[in-house]
Amino acid sequence: MVRITGGTVYDPANGVDGLVQNIYIGPDGRIAYIGPDGRSVADAQGSGVRTIDATGMLVFPGGVDVHTHVAGGALNFARGLVPENQRIARKFLHSPELRAGIGGLTPTTFATGYLYAGMGWTTVNEAAVPILSAKHTHEELHDIPIVDKSTLLLMANNELMLDLLEAGEFEQAKSLVGWLLWSSKTFGIKAVNPGGVAAWKWGKNANQLHQPIEGYTSITAAQIITGLARIVDELGLPHPMHLHQNNLGVPGNVASTIETMNMLQGHRAHLAHLQFHAYGGHDWGTMKSEAPAVAAEFLTHKNLTCDVGAVLFGDAVTITADGPWQHLLYELTGRKWGNLDVENETGCGIVPYVYSDHKIVNAVQWAVGLELLLLIDDPWRVYLTTDHPNGGGFWRYPEIIRLLMDVEFRKGEVRKLPPEAQNRITLGEIDRQYTYADVAIVTSAGPARALGLTQKGHLGVGADGDITIYSATPDAEGVMFSYPRYVLKGGQVVVEEGQVRAISEGREFIVHPAFDPGIEEFIRPSFQKVYTMSFENYPTEMTRLRHPHVVPCSR
Amino acid sequence: MLTLTLKEPVERVPLETEMLCPDIVAGLDMGAIRALPVHLGKRQCRVDDFFAVEGEASDELELRGDLRKVRWIGRGMSRGRITVAGNAGMHLGAYMKGGTIEVAGSASDWVGGEMSGGLIRIAGNAGGQIGAAYRGSRRGMSDGTIIVGGSAGLEIGMRMKRGLIVIGGPARDFAGLEMKGGTIILRGGAELRTGAWMSRGTIISLAPIPLLPSFLYSSVYVPSFLRVVAQHLRRLGTSVPDDPAEGTYTRYLGDTAVIGKGEILVWSPA
Repeated sequence: MVRITGGTVYDPANGVDGLVQNIYIGPDGRIAYIGPDGRSVADAQGSGVRTIDATGMLVFPGGVDVHTHVAGGALNFARGLVPENQRIARKFLHSPELRAGIGGLTPTTFATGYLYAGMGWTTVNEAAVPILSAKHTHEELHDIPIVDKSTLLLMANNELMLDLLEAGEFEQAKSLVGWLLWSSKTFGIKAVNPGGVAAWKWGKNANQLHQPIEGYTSITAAQIITGLARIVDELGLPHPMHLHQNNLGVPGNVASTIETMNMLQGHRAHLAHLQFHAYGGHDWGTMKSEAPAVAAEFLTHKNLTCDVGAVLFGDAVTITADGPWQHLLYELTGRKWGNLDVENETGCGIVPYVYSDHKIVNAVQWAVGLELLLLIDDPWRVYLTTDHPNGGGFWRYPEIIRLLMDVEFRKGEVRKLPPEAQNRITLGEIDRQYTYADVAIVTSAGPARALGLTQKGHLGVGADGDITIYSATPDAEGVMFSYPRYVLKGGQVVVEEGQVRAISEGREFIVHPAFDPGIEEFIRPSFQKVYTMSFENYPTEMTRLRHPHVVPCSR
Repeated sequence: MLTLTLKEPVERVPLETEMLCPDIVAGLDMGAIRALPVHLGKRQCRVDDFFAVEGEASDELELRGDLRKVRWIGRGMSRGRITVAGNAGMHLGAYMKGGTIEVAGSASDWVGGEMSGGLIRIAGNAGGQIGAAYRGSRRGMSDGTIIVGGSAGLEIGMRMKRGLIVIGGPARDFAGLEMKGGTIILRGGAELRTGAWMSRGTIISLAPIPLLPSFLYSSVYVPSFLRVVAQHLRRLGTSVPDDPAEGTYTRYLGDTAVIGKGEILVWSPA
């Protein structure tokens, strides 16, 4: 039970924009009262009620990361591949309250929770889980403390699903997706380079949206995208299809990005890391920003949301199921490359990468992420991510917020870019500055709404007591939002004066969509033919999840 | 001068002593030096649990005793001098930026790992990975000098970018593995696969060595830059032949399995 008095509250979901409000969080960890009336809050007497005087401070709903990679087989592979990164990473020494760990670009499980909470983020969405590594992912997620978690299941290259779609068995495909979601105890559907990863098993990719996928006779990337989007809508999942489009990172991919948006007409969809899909030019020498075209098109599609996947200069580790792209990136960098084949389900590639402010391509990428955040002037549909750790560590979000809020600082940074890069971007001409309300939307209210988590991202009565309280003045380096004064998770003060104080175990959001159980009769025989695992061992049991929370589907 | 004498030999579990570094001890009083943390395995202990500390705080340290199980001596030091009267353990002078380390006995693996400056001189033998990149890193030593009187182990100068390594006796396999620059002088030759994957840099061998097939014969000559190298080495108490009357160098270009801009020079006496 906590009272927060006198803070300036930014709760855009409830139309509160910088009002001084008092908040009372009840014994169930949910917000029981919010309003100007100090008395109702003061009346909430009793033992164990703690009062936080937030006078002069900013009160935000806890951050929600709609797209990040924090657990599972791919991340563990990446941890093994970059020991040099861990040697220079921040160390977390164990203490009576905290477990030991290391930070950096691929933080250990416990450190991930401390880093997210320490920044004021209280909900994270792990955006890529193969069914075959779902058990491992859930076990890692259990070891990420404090934050609530959800997971997305990789589906767009699952060969059982592609077989059904190719055969025109839509209802069966829908049941398969429902069965797999429940079997893996995941929350939503992720589509990565639809068809491209299946084609990668033949050494090919799916660059054309309307050509048959390698290894299949008729099915195309376009059919997978629209088929999956329809399945997600018909299953009534809280989160729309989460799409990593074809042609990620390729100069000139703006054409297929816009075509994909048009294809999705009539369906809900979330476009992941849109920054990597908004490039013009026809090769690396001519690559330029097409963020204005992508933003303009995106704004006309009210059925879509997106996150930017911004990049920041410095070290990154690219981790994705998009195997063919990772091979191309490896050929560009000539450094390390890890490739995993996940049987009939998906693939995975790991390539350490450095975004350099001297390189024109990297400078354009840096600008495109910011351009999208600024030009898509409906903050409810564009969210702040770095596609951690692909564009940079999530703990660098405050650096992006500063670039969004301070136009003079931003223009100064643009002027430091190579002149040739400045000719290929429009960032220097954009004057929009984010308000506190905009920041609260792109970091919390918007992503919570996109994920369909009604109790997250706002401070209305009944919402989870996930609250971040910031100082109203920037730190010595001019950055705000890096070190919250207080972070509350479920009504418990977890971060105070820059220290993680209390450790709670977060929940895991999952869905249980309706499906025809007869689908097992299709899965079992083909499974026994092509999988290395027995059918009985495949599903993740409910008992493996410590704090599951089933979010209802709308159908 | 600060003198630390090992009270009794360290056996089995290694002792990690990165606090034995001139930059750290020079500014402390004797009490604080004695209380500095060292780690015996996972156990944190004090310097005076293992060493008798005498003299006065200084950026000149002398370590006495058999320190073959004492690791990380002089880690990251940027100035001053460490003299080891006996043997030294792994990671001696790792990440070193400046100053001098002299070892009267032998040293173990990873001498001068990822060092960026300074001088390390080992009178006896040294282990593998001298001046090398730690696992996963892109770059090994980026400057500085390592001189070993005796033999050396595997992967010396692995991924080194700049700097000089001189080995008096024979070296084992993979000398100059993935080398990106700098110079390795093998006075006693080396075993197999010398210079494998080297992209740039120079390896000079004063004894015949087996070469990988991806190294191509280039010429026989005495490069003029050797006079500069020889002068520099004479100041450090060693040398390479630079007089055409003494003999010539056969130059091989490689490793052509990668970009092949490195060279191996093999000396043959006249």
